[in-house]
Amino acid sequence: MSTERSTPMIEVKDLRKWFPIHAGVLSRRVGEVKAVDGVSFNVGRKETLSIVGESGCGKTTAGRALLRLIEPTGGSALYRSTPDAAPVDLFQLSQEEMRARRDDLQIIFQDPYGSLNPRITVGNAIGEPLAVRGIAEGSELQDRVEELLKLVGLRPEVANRYPHEFSGGQRQRVGIARALALRPKLIVCDEAVSALDVSIQAQVINLLKDLQDEFNLSYIFIAHDLSVVRYISDRVAVMYLGRIVETGETKQIFDDPQHPYTKALLSAIPSPDPSKRSELIPLTGDVPSPINPPAGCHFHTRCAVAEERCRESYPESVDLGAGHSASCHLLS
Amino acid sequence: MSQDQRTESAPGGAASEGEREALLQIEGLRTWFHTEEGIAKAVDGVTYTVRKGETLGVVGESGCGKSVTALSVMQLVPTPPGKFEGGRILFRGEDLLEKNLEEMQKIRGNDIAMIFQEPMSALNPVYTVGDQIMETVMLHQGLDKAAARERAIDMLKRVGIPSPEQRVDEYPHQLSGGMRQRVMIAIAMACDPALLIADEPTTALDVTIQAQILNLMRELQEQEGMSMLLITHDLGVVAETAHHVAVMYAGKVVEYSEVNELFARPHHPYTIGLFRSLPDLASEGERLNTIPGIVPSAFNFPSGCRFRTRCPIATERCAAEEPPLVPLEEGAEHTVACHHLKEALEL
Ligand SMILES: Nc1ncnc2c1ncn2[C@@H]1O[C@H](COP(=O)(O)OP(=O)(O)OP(=O)(O)O)[C@@H](O)[C@H]1O
Ligand SMILES: Nc1ncnc2c1ncn2[C@@H]1O[C@H](COP(=O)(O)OP(=O)(O)OP(=O)(O)O)[C@@H](O)[C@H]1O
Ligand code: SF4
Ligand code: SF4
Ligand SMILES: [Mg+2]
Ligand SMILES: [Mg+2]
Repeated sequence: MSTERSTPMIEVKDLRKWFPIHAGVLSRRVGEVKAVDGVSFNVGRKETLSIVGESGCGKTTAGRALLRLIEPTGGSALYRSTPDAAPVDLFQLSQEEMRARRDDLQIIFQDPYGSLNPRITVGNAIGEPLAVRGIAEGSELQDRVEELLKLVGLRPEVANRYPHEFSGGQRQRVGIARALALRPKLIVCDEAVSALDVSIQAQVINLLKDLQDEFNLSYIFIAHDLSVVRYISDRVAVMYLGRIVETGETKQIFDDPQHPYTKALLSAIPSPDPSKRSELIPLTGDVPSPINPPAGCHFHTRCAVAEERCRESYPESVDLGAGHSASCHLLS
Repeated sequence: MSQDQRTESAPGGAASEGEREALLQIEGLRTWFHTEEGIAKAVDGVTYTVRKGETLGVVGESGCGKSVTALSVMQLVPTPPGKFEGGRILFRGEDLLEKNLEEMQKIRGNDIAMIFQEPMSALNPVYTVGDQIMETVMLHQGLDKAAARERAIDMLKRVGIPSPEQRVDEYPHQLSGGMRQRVMIAIAMACDPALLIADEPTTALDVTIQAQILNLMRELQEQEGMSMLLITHDLGVVAETAHHVAVMYAGKVVEYSEVNELFARPHHPYTIGLFRSLPDLASEGERLNTIPGIVPSAFNFPSGCRFRTRCPIATERCAAEEPPLVPLEEGAEHTVACHHLKEALEL
């Protein structure tokens, strides 16, 4: 897949999202959850960047903060609508300006059941963004909705049906059609295929790839299924406790992982080949709380090769060449 | 983990020597739901066997009847709307469908235990995890309170929960998802069941925690010689843990085999399609193979073969006649329900 790395479409620098923790009768602020704590990444045009990591590491928060569905605590996100356009920092825009930008930047949610209003027909759900912006109305709106339904492989007649009449895979297609209505440039897919059956998942993944080719879409693909990630991504960022610990081309991450956490994560994937059965190497222990992350390298409480210095200082990101980098003391 | 135990039964269609005795045999089970919208034939002729000391993996798409079959074994299907319409569930040779409530309660506590799909909702949020394990062993094993507490701590230790003496007094919400699932396993294992039914025990968990839980379940199985019915839609999990596999589609078993044999030589067009849709097995840049269409509704299955609406090699015969689940060849353990096995192999 071709990517224009020279001028990335989005450059995220030092993104932070801290949630305040309140306690007691006076709801005093007693601390914060550093859900995303200094994350930087780029997404090129027509590129798919996946964000992976265990539950609670901040993937969803990063995706939502980028689109300012929740307000980021800090950082910047330079966005260029075309390669030649002057970059705008999404985090500096007013709410009003941001709302306009969101036509370019869409999101598909995890839950194909919860993300559609049960009382609105799928046709109206898909057409709503077009109607609200006065882009299309009447029969033209209807045509656009039918076109979108066909695009995601649904029959146009289903426009008048309600979400409960659809299967999970079909609902996910409706969600995709809705996200596509405004011809976005980037879609954040937050566990967009996770709830689907294997065979339906394959249909939706193929669809996402076709749409990428057709509309030069970029994706930020958030998922915990690493075999899907390997298949769909150009690049992968591995998060642990609010930070990116390793990032690189998909091949680099899967064939030549450098960070001990990435290695552990990959070795835990069950292989769908019983003849290659081997002891899964589990990480011991659970993810520590992001309220009070371990000092030094956040991963040291579970890292099999941790040293003294790992408990003392957070490792700098080490450039491993060709766009591959990782934050581990052993690499420097 | 002993590799030999899991690969003992020789690959190949024929039943291997030294085959283990059956513990649970489901034969032609039908569990239907009578609802206002009509009859949902959720389980409509399911046949499979779980052998002693072995794991049977049950796979298939959402809604194909995996959970309802398991709930039928436990006799936990709500009736009404559920109703047993036929078949037998033989456990140690006795039909569970003929047991009364009291007998069934005894079996549920002592012989068969189940881990449910939703670990959070299956634990009672207002009781400590210790109370919940203690309740089980006091009820079923007649232990007194002190002995039950000892047992609870011991079980938490065995499922790998750190500082069990402290955790025993904590509430479910104080534990992480992985720890809650361990507690569920501890409760299920507390009475040393002969059969553990695990319904998607790792689906809600991270791969890292999943690996811990799968290793734990394997270890416990080896130590206790327990049998396991493992329901999942993750073929990777099946490949890692199962000895035998039953593939379900639309309320029926369409293929049953030893695990290595099934992965090496799948025969049913649905099984073949399922394997082909795995991103793992696709080469780079290649489009994923998909099974077109969607799973038919349990209220209205197609006539004949239920897979025919999605099957690339369906013929008129497939619409007219339902294919029976039969051995690949005389005496083979590998069974398949398809009229056109020769054509399927060319898929
Ligand atoms: N509104 C909120 N208030 C306080 N804490 C929050 C809030 N939203 C998320 N968090 C916390 O931030 C951390 C990151 O959560 P997030 O949902 O981004 O994780 P995730 O990587 O998407 O996990 P998952 O794989 O489970 O979806 C978690 O510790 C979570 O509890
Ligand atoms: N109480 C009920 N009343 C009516 N129909 C039911 C009831 N319980 C289950 N069903 C139906 O029975 C069918 C089989 O459901 P089951 O829960 O066994 O599927 P499953 O294979 O476990 O799927 P999943 O992978 O989604 O857990 C479904 O069509 C479901 O809608
Ligand atoms: S910095 Fe130390 S603790 Fe962190 S991953 Fe590297 S070796 Fe492990
Ligand atoms: S019986 Fe016919 S429709 Fe069914 S799987 Fe075989 S070929 Fe396909
Ligand atoms: Mg999330
Ligand atoms: Mg189920």
